[in-house]
Formats: sequence, structure tokens, C-alpha cells
Amino acid sequence: MGEAIVVTSGKGGVGKTTTTANVGTALALSGKRVCLVDTDIGLRNLDVVMGLENRIIYDLVDVVEGRCRLSQALVTDKRFECLTLLPAAQTKDKTAIEPEQMKPLINELKQDYDYVLIDCPAGIEQGFKNAVSGADKAIVITTPEVSSVRDADRIIGLLEKEDIAPPNLIINRIRPHMSKNGDALDIEEVVTILAIELLGIVADADDVIRASNRGEPIAMDPKNKASIAYRNIARRICGETVPLLNLEDNSGVFNKMKKFLGIRG
Amino acid sequence: MVQKTVKKQNVLIKGTKSGLTFILNDQCSFDSLLSELQEKLSERPRSVSNDSDFVRVKLVTGKRYLERNQIESLEKTLSDYIHAVIDHIDSDVLTKKEAEELRKNQEVNRLLKVVRSGQVVEVVGDLLLLGDVNPGGTVKATGNIYVMGKLQGIAHAGSDGDMNAVICASLMFPSQLRIGDVIRRPPEMDDNVPQEMECAFVNDKGDMEVDSIQKLVQYRPDVSSILEN
Repeated sequence: MGEAIVVTSGKGGVGKTTTTANVGTALALSGKRVCLVDTDIGLRNLDVVMGLENRIIYDLVDVVEGRCRLSQALVTDKRFECLTLLPAAQTKDKTAIEPEQMKPLINELKQDYDYVLIDCPAGIEQGFKNAVSGADKAIVITTPEVSSVRDADRIIGLLEKEDIAPPNLIINRIRPHMSKNGDALDIEEVVTILAIELLGIVADADDVIRASNRGEPIAMDPKNKASIAYRNIARRICGETVPLLNLEDNSGVFNKMKKFLGIRG
Repeated sequence: MVQKTVKKQNVLIKGTKSGLTFILNDQCSFDSLLSELQEKLSERPRSVSNDSDFVRVKLVTGKRYLERNQIESLEKTLSDYIHAVIDHIDSDVLTKKEAEELRKNQEVNRLLKVVRSGQVVEVVGDLLLLGDVNPGGTVKATGNIYVMGKLQGIAHAGSDGDMNAVICASLMFPSQLRIGDVIRRPPEMDDNVPQEMECAFVNDKGDMEVDSIQKLVQYRPDVSSILEN
């Protein structure tokens, strides 16, 4: 029996879908059986990020409305046999399904997979309620922006009311130089405000966007820093203790020299 | 005169500086009390009746519980005969409901949580919050509010209109403070970094002030419980 984890944020554009795709890929890399569920009905993206768009035959709404069996709607990943996607419908909207219909569906998936990652739509309406209803755990995504942290705080408050374990936090799209200058919130400030367990931090990088556009999750690249961050998050989900990445860019000659001399930057 | 003192009086009238005090017997029936009151008041000269200001009257009712309609008939009798209004009723008894309300209003509600954006915590009595109030969160109490954490949202003390209520916080960074119906928000360009442990209260001019918690004893000594010895 696996675990259902909902990835949510309240605010749009902070990286729920990208995180779902990459953490899912990273979990599959370590040999776990993973199912990604897109609950953003009407605005599905997860299939695009995973590069699986043209393999979709049936979707979530088809399953719920009985037009196909669950196994028929699951799309197997190009790269991993153990990674599948349950896509959202693109033609309907969030009201097409009810939380009561999501619960048994997620439970059924949990029988066959180690991890069921549910990609939640932005907002706090029906779509959020659907996504949360079947989940055992939650991951809240935020960026180091005041508005995003505010929405994450609201979402954590709403999650408290659900029958769900206390959520974990991922701070996404960190720009170390801005936090350093005090132009953006730093990691510590975000964690203090939200007062939940930190699961991981991911730096803002062009490569992540490039990879998403190509339908090839960045987590496939073993050298990329964001990829390592996602892989570390996957390891922490599996129960390993992994220290946080140092996001500062230490690649310059001067920095290497300082490191060599033991001077802290 | 001798006869009158033999009979136990149900109504005793005392004059004080602040007005008249009526001591009402709590053992006789209400009807006999009312008729004796009317009788006594009719004996009095009606000199004040044309005066524009009312005579202030205090009732001491002992262990008698006065119903609403009984108070009204006493009120009517007093205003009819001597142009007086009831200022205060001093009673030894309370109904269970009143007692419960009184207890609730004096209770300190302890709460262990982070009040997050969009959440509203409302209590009757005082609120002792062991946690933060995040921006967008609201705490409301009919009494005082004590936040042992960072107050960044809205705090509304004395939500039933108690202007003597106070708001205390370990770290005072509120988006808005309300006491009774007085509202204050921090100035737009505030360069003053708040000190640790601050309290807000409404001063006698009706303005809200924020000062260090050590000053509270000067402004609101009543906040303190009275400890034995």
C-alpha cells in the first residue's frame, strides 16, 4: 500500500507541476513505482511537462464517469516503466468531479504504486478540495515572494482542517543573490513564517524552464543543481536524511581559492 | 410612630452624596415590597418632580433575584413618584446563565497554534496565544489578547466594546490593532523597529497607544490577578 502526496501552493506559477514532474521522475529513478495524477481539469499541464501529451487516450474524468477503466487511462512514461501519469481532462472544468469520487480512485492507485503524486490546481476552490481529498500527506510549494508565502500560509491553514498529516514545505525558484541583498525573503524567514517542516529548496534556473518546454524533466540530468535538489527531495520523501544544498554559486576561481584557504564566503 | 417601628420595614431609604439608596427586604413577596415602596414614596414631598435632572437611585436587593419585568415595575414606580432612575442594582444573587457568562468573560483561553492567513480565532474572555498571528490572520477576544509570538495580522481586543482591554505581543508587527471600536494601523513609513514585549491600550483621550509591557502596570493595573499574601 503506497502513499498519496498532494502537491499544492494556493498561488499559481510557483512550480507545482514542475515539482510534481521532477520529484516523480526522481522517485522513479530510485526504482519506486510512481503514479502522477493531474487534477488541474481544464488547464492540464503535467502531460506537457512530462512530454506525454500525444499518448493520452482517456483521462481522469473518463475514469470517474465510467467511460473507461482506471488502467486504460494511465499513460506510461517514455523513460521509466514504473512511472505513469493519470492525465486531467482538458475539455471540462473543476466541477466535473467531486472529492467523494477522488477518494476511491486514489485509494485504488495506492494499491499498485509506492507513491501517488497529486498535482493540485491553483486556488482554494473545488479543484483544491478534489486534489486534497484522497491524499495522506501534503507538500506545499512556495517561492521566496511575500505574495506566494501569504497564499502558502492560507493553504496550510486549510490543510489543517483536512484529515491529513502536517504538510512539508518546498521553497522553489530561490534566487540566492536576491535573498543575500535582502531584496527577497531568505529561506529562514519563509520557514519562520510558515512554521512547517522544510522538505527542500530549489534554485531558480533557466535549465528547469528549458527542460519543461522540451518535455524532459530536469531531474534526468545528473549534473544540474536543480536536478540534484529534486533528487534530494525524493530521497527525503523516502525517509533518508539529506543535508540542504548550498545554493550560493561557488564556481568562480576566487571562490575556489577562498574555499581552499578555508575562508567562508 | 411607635407602631411603625414595630412592624418590620420592607423598604429602607438612605440618602447618600451620590443619591438615594433603597435597601429592599429579600424575604417578603414582591407585591408587598412594591406596595410599601409606593406608600413610602407617596409620603415624600414631590419637590424634585419638576426638576429637569433625575434623582439617581441605587437598589440593594440582597438575596432576592429580580426578574426583568419586576425591575421595570420598580423603575416605573420610582419615576412616577419621585422622578428617579435606577442607577445601579446591587444584588447578592446571579442566575446560572449570568454566572456562566461572567466566568467565560473572565476566563483566559489558552491556544497553541499559528493563526494563518484567512483564519479567524474568536474567543469570549481573554486569549493567550502560544504561537504567531501571520499576516492576514485575525484574533478576536471580548477581553485582553496576549500573543506569545509574532503578531503580524489583526488583533481585536474588547470586541464587545470593552475599551479597557489590552493587546500584548512578544513581537508587535501588526497589520492592524483594534480595541473596542478604536482602530490603529502602523504608519506607512515606520522606521522604528518595534521593541520586544509591547502592549497596546486606549488612553483617556480615546487614542490607541503602544508602549513597552513594563508600562502596563501604570495604565491598566486591573489586568493583574490579585494573588493571596
